[in-house]
Amino acid sequence: MKINSLDKLKKIRNEYQKNVCLRVNSTDSENSDIRIEILIGMATCGISAGAKDTFNAFQEELAKQGVNDAKVVSVGCIGYCHSEPTVQVNIRGREPVLYGNVKKEEVQEIVQKHIKGGNPIEALTLAINFERA
Amino acid sequence: MTKPQAIDVNPSFKENLPKEKFDELDSFVNNLETTRSALIEILHKAQKIFGYLPRDVQLHIARKLGIPGAEVFGVVSFYSYFTTKPRGKHTISVCTGTACFVKGSDKIIERVKEKLGIGSNEITEDGLFTLKDVRCLGTCGMAPVMMIDDKVFGRVKEEDLDNIINSYRNKEL
Amino acid sequence: MVEISNNKKLLRIALRNCGLLNPEDIFEYIALGGYESLGKAITQMTQDQVIDEIKKSGLRGRGGGGFPTGLKWELTKKQKSQEKFIICNADEGDPGAFMDRSILEGDPHSVLEAMAIGGYAIGARKGLIYIRAEYPLAIARLSTALQQAGENGLLGENIFGTDFSFDIYLKYGAGAFVCGEETALINSCEGKRGEPNYKPPYPVEEGYWGYPTCVNNVETFANIAPIITKGAQWFASLGTEKCKGTKVFALVGKIKNVGVIEVPMGTTLREIIYDIGGGIPGGRKFKAVQTGGPSGGVIGEANLDTPMDYDSLISIGSMMGSGGMIIMDETDNMVKIAKFYLEFTMDESCGRCTPCRIGTKRLYEILNKITSRKGTMADLDALKQLAYMVKDGSLCGLGQTAPNPVISTMKYFWDEYLAFIKDVDHPRGEGRYTAKNKIGIRS
Repeated sequence: MKINSLDKLKKIRNEYQKNVCLRVNSTDSENSDIRIEILIGMATCGISAGAKDTFNAFQEELAKQGVNDAKVVSVGCIGYCHSEPTVQVNIRGREPVLYGNVKKEEVQEIVQKHIKGGNPIEALTLAINFERA
Repeated sequence: MTKPQAIDVNPSFKENLPKEKFDELDSFVNNLETTRSALIEILHKAQKIFGYLPRDVQLHIARKLGIPGAEVFGVVSFYSYFTTKPRGKHTISVCTGTACFVKGSDKIIERVKEKLGIGSNEITEDGLFTLKDVRCLGTCGMAPVMMIDDKVFGRVKEEDLDNIINSYRNKEL
Repeated sequence: MVEISNNKKLLRIALRNCGLLNPEDIFEYIALGGYESLGKAITQMTQDQVIDEIKKSGLRGRGGGGFPTGLKWELTKKQKSQEKFIICNADEGDPGAFMDRSILEGDPHSVLEAMAIGGYAIGARKGLIYIRAEYPLAIARLSTALQQAGENGLLGENIFGTDFSFDIYLKYGAGAFVCGEETALINSCEGKRGEPNYKPPYPVEEGYWGYPTCVNNVETFANIAPIITKGAQWFASLGTEKCKGTKVFALVGKIKNVGVIEVPMGTTLREIIYDIGGGIPGGRKFKAVQTGGPSGGVIGEANLDTPMDYDSLISIGSMMGSGGMIIMDETDNMVKIAKFYLEFTMDESCGRCTPCRIGTKRLYEILNKITSRKGTMADLDALKQLAYMVKDGSLCGLGQTAPNPVISTMKYFWDEYLAFIKDVDHPRGEGRYTAKNKIGIRS
């Protein structure tokens, strides 16, 4: 499919927007198709800290605990090398939560308490607070 | 451009360079749109196929492209990524960038040398490992860093080294 | 909760999408407004309008030199030639710097889009990305991105239905630091030894295979799309008077919050190290920060309030470089750090010009003598003199900046040099200490 005009690009943008609007503003994203989104930082530094294991653990754990409306996405690094692997959990209608140092051992707790229970695990969270252009 | 590599002027007879590998290289070159400015790309491919770039391979490429062998060798010896010596099955690269340096990578590389009984750019007796000290791997956040083949190990401690190296040794058993 | 103190000082332009989208999915990039700048540029703006917008934004090259990007584009556009090239310099060789890798791994499309905009502006049909072979993941993600952009018609023939066609090819480095210098990079792209050329002619006049060539850094490109969408005025409102926008830094070494940050130009080192970086771990004292990699200098406690921009850093004997910042604490010996950098430049010197080839080797030898406590005061004088000789006499940026770590450590940490000397050459050494200002540091 060739995008051969600016209008077509905008059409595609609108079409796919519902896939990412949770990330742009999760507190105001009624029309998001996805209810829960788990972003895992998978750049070289994240991967060397075990992000691949974390990624797989999330997929297994979600299946095991019967959560079927959550999407696991691999993203680039957010720059917090000191706390790799980093995981961001976006739930529709709530503030996004960023976790640091999420090894595969931590995944079960995050899925159970936060994703199913709705209570973020304070001890693992990092403050996320910057402006994007 | 790191350490100058010793060059063997006499062809070595021990080298095992099967014809299929040359064919594979030839078909790669033949499929290029143009060989102009492609020498480095071809050398990358050749090193992937043969594991290193011995004299015969360099000459083969020179003839194939119709350029002097010296030109090929000039490029091979310029870039530290290319090697004219056989490599072990796994390449252990220890980062010696600044961030790793201030976090003690000099000690890591000494320990690895001790454990393998080789210096950098050398190959272990069993042919399993080659050790390289490399410039920044760009994973400074995880310093000190080492890489085995394409896998990066971050925040390496001296006491982890045995485990890491053995995990590769055990794969062979 | 782990506190990452006042992150409100951070502002993300180049890193806007890093950690937000899946770099292997072009539609996520499009959904966040990707490729709209390209569409706007080539369907609604003339080449000159694009260049003008970049010029007005005040964007300067982020690879370290700080040359105005819009001007570079204009100079390339003015050349009369059948073919022109635009090259992305992704040969991030500075040890301790990994900003470009973060961008390429986290948001490869932003670079592709900007290259196409640049290609349109200068009149190039082909772009090259020169990337170091040490970054396998970045190469893989770029390849995926290139393929997806091609499949969707965002690169290739007649983009957005216009008669503008543009293609991008990947070129791999093979481990040579000097290839970050633009003429050396072009030689390497041509498949040759990556040795620098004499300038002029500059690459904008005669570059890749003799055609006019514009070389820009990854981070520079990452700033282009937002400037086109949001306008030059918005960009020019950020940063300082002479340096607009933001800069990405890699904070590494002895610092609590190791990582990649993006801050407005003019943020002071103190803010970066203490407010954002969280200070020095282990309760130790800050000693120095090295900016600009092997080409830069060390900055001590006294200059911590220097605003980070190209000109201020040069005035205190360092340079912006590509943005690596290595923080050192009281346990690091500065003479050894200088020796470490000289060992690096000595190894990486391509050997083309004599001052750099032999000079860096001699500098290293003298430093080695000093750190093994065999040096005399005469060695320190020789070290200083030679450092300036290499600086003034070398052909390219590598040699011209190679002595910077020596010069700046001698300027700010002279005591540490003396500490190595005194024991050997005590009486004479003390007496000649005053010689420091006769031969040495020009301030």
